[in-house]
Amino acid sequence: MRASTHNLAHKLVRWAFPHLGVILAVLWGAATVTFVAVKLIPGDPVSILSGGENVVDQAERAVLIQQYGLDQPLGVQYGRYLGHALAGNFGKSYQYRQPVISVIAEAAVPTLQLASAAILLALCLAVANALATAGGRRGLRTVLSGFELALLSTPVYWISIVLLTLFSFRLHWFPVTGNDGFASLALPAIALSLPLAALLSQVLRDGLEEALSQPFALTVRTRGVSEIALRVRHGLRHAALAVSTLTGTLLAGILGGSILTETVFGRSGIGQITLQAIKTRDMPLVLGLVMMSALVFVVINLVVDALYLIIDPRLRRAKA
Amino acid sequence: MSVDESALWPLRASTSGAGRRHPWRAPGLLLPLAFVLFLVAAMFAPEWFTALAPDAIDTDAILQPPGPGHWFGTDELGRDLFCRVIYGTSESLTIGVGAMAIACLGGISLGTAASLAPSIVRKLLVRLIDILLAFPELLLALLVIAVLGRGPINTLFAVGLSHIAGYARLVRSQVLLVKLSGYVEHAVTLGEHRWTIIIRHIVPNTIRPLMILATIGVGTSVLAASALSFLGLGVVPPEAEWGALLADGRNFIEIAPWLSLLPATVVAISVISITLLGRRLQVLLARGDVP
Repeated sequence: MRASTHNLAHKLVRWAFPHLGVILAVLWGAATVTFVAVKLIPGDPVSILSGGENVVDQAERAVLIQQYGLDQPLGVQYGRYLGHALAGNFGKSYQYRQPVISVIAEAAVPTLQLASAAILLALCLAVANALATAGGRRGLRTVLSGFELALLSTPVYWISIVLLTLFSFRLHWFPVTGNDGFASLALPAIALSLPLAALLSQVLRDGLEEALSQPFALTVRTRGVSEIALRVRHGLRHAALAVSTLTGTLLAGILGGSILTETVFGRSGIGQITLQAIKTRDMPLVLGLVMMSALVFVVINLVVDALYLIIDPRLRRAKA
Repeated sequence: MSVDESALWPLRASTSGAGRRHPWRAPGLLLPLAFVLFLVAAMFAPEWFTALAPDAIDTDAILQPPGPGHWFGTDELGRDLFCRVIYGTSESLTIGVGAMAIACLGGISLGTAASLAPSIVRKLLVRLIDILLAFPELLLALLVIAVLGRGPINTLFAVGLSHIAGYARLVRSQVLLVKLSGYVEHAVTLGEHRWTIIIRHIVPNTIRPLMILATIGVGTSVLAASALSFLGLGVVPPEAEWGALLADGRNFIEIAPWLSLLPATVVAISVISITLLGRRLQVLLARGDVP
């Protein structure tokens, strides 16, 4: 057992190393694309720095420009930005007058709570749904898959507004807005998780049905194992491969959903500061946020690839 | 928000209830089709459905709940919401179709180039697609809006551009398949010109399976555009675009929930109809059923 764990760790390290190059390439590309976009944004950064409409005199203006390095040629600004970014320093936000990193770190906490609650809920719903409806039972299955289709094309904000109107304004079960505690997390997490659950259910069910039609399923059945045990113990593991990829993609893309849910429910978080940063043209913050989301995307994909090796022992042998 | 990847896993034929009924007369196909036709009619002839003008202000009927006089109620200026939704159809759908067209054209060019260009260019383009895929689509759209500014045309571009990478990846995998097929090999053997092969053989055969996805893409685009407007960064009030109506209505969500709920429901039903229509067609065409 120990040898095999060691072997797995070794494989993981050997496999992760070449991926580092790809990670850096993607991050550099994201940084460059955003830098270009941010420089193309019309408007005077000084007016943002000085709080919008305020009139600043020439001397003050020069100080601000110098302080934020805006007087340098673009090439130099780009080089500095990349160099600092490598060291994890994204500069100071124009709007908050704080280091971008700490602004993001502070906002990340509520968004992480929301995202993990939503994805956990989605996975639970999807597993229960797929286990119950894979193969057979046409009635239940037709109803649920119709429901899935509807959820998949329903705007996240519609679900949010319905939940908010029903449970907060009418029934007063949950607080209307805010960030405190479990009660305020419930509705946004449900709203965010439903479309994810629908997509995951479809993929999980397909995977499960394929697994159940394999010869090994017949073998397990002839051993007299119950249908539930077969599905849970053998089927799920096979279906888990496709689902883990998809979960990764969804988790990386959850920022988009969180912008909408956070807006409807008035929660603070990454989505809110993203929206604010873009509205106020807070360039360092925009750059930092894009880098963060690209990093999250890359890391999650890496973790998912590594999960493949853990879920499916056949891949470990094949790659040796 | 994403290019609907689930569309790649076609529905099982068994769920279309095709056992007894003629497959082309299933309600799962006809209902969405009817709604889409209704939308198209509302797009070109909104006056068929309502006698009111979308910006007619009625100070005697402010924030009235839905009822017989005003099906969807009225807003804070006494404008009839149903009328505004109907008149907003044209703008919302135009943005949806236009954005999808940009996404598809961009995706086809980028995807084809990323699979057929000379080696170095190809590798660079594949990386570029990877990089673009690392951005959440909404974030990419927001960046485009930040550069271009708000407004209907810019919303169309923002949504279209943000979906290019997703289509490009699909097109690339499709081109790589088509490239290996017999007819391409045949054309190469006959000594046809490189560009002739690409334009006459590869691109058309790549696009065909994309058609259904593009139909569903209209729905996705309508959704993305309304989300942008909802966030206050797409089409702005007083225009009657669906997302803008929704954003406007959100200010009154506590006292007049219908103002945001009903336009959002119209968006939801439209997108569901378009998606269902695309998927049913996909299943039926894949089975080779001809009407």
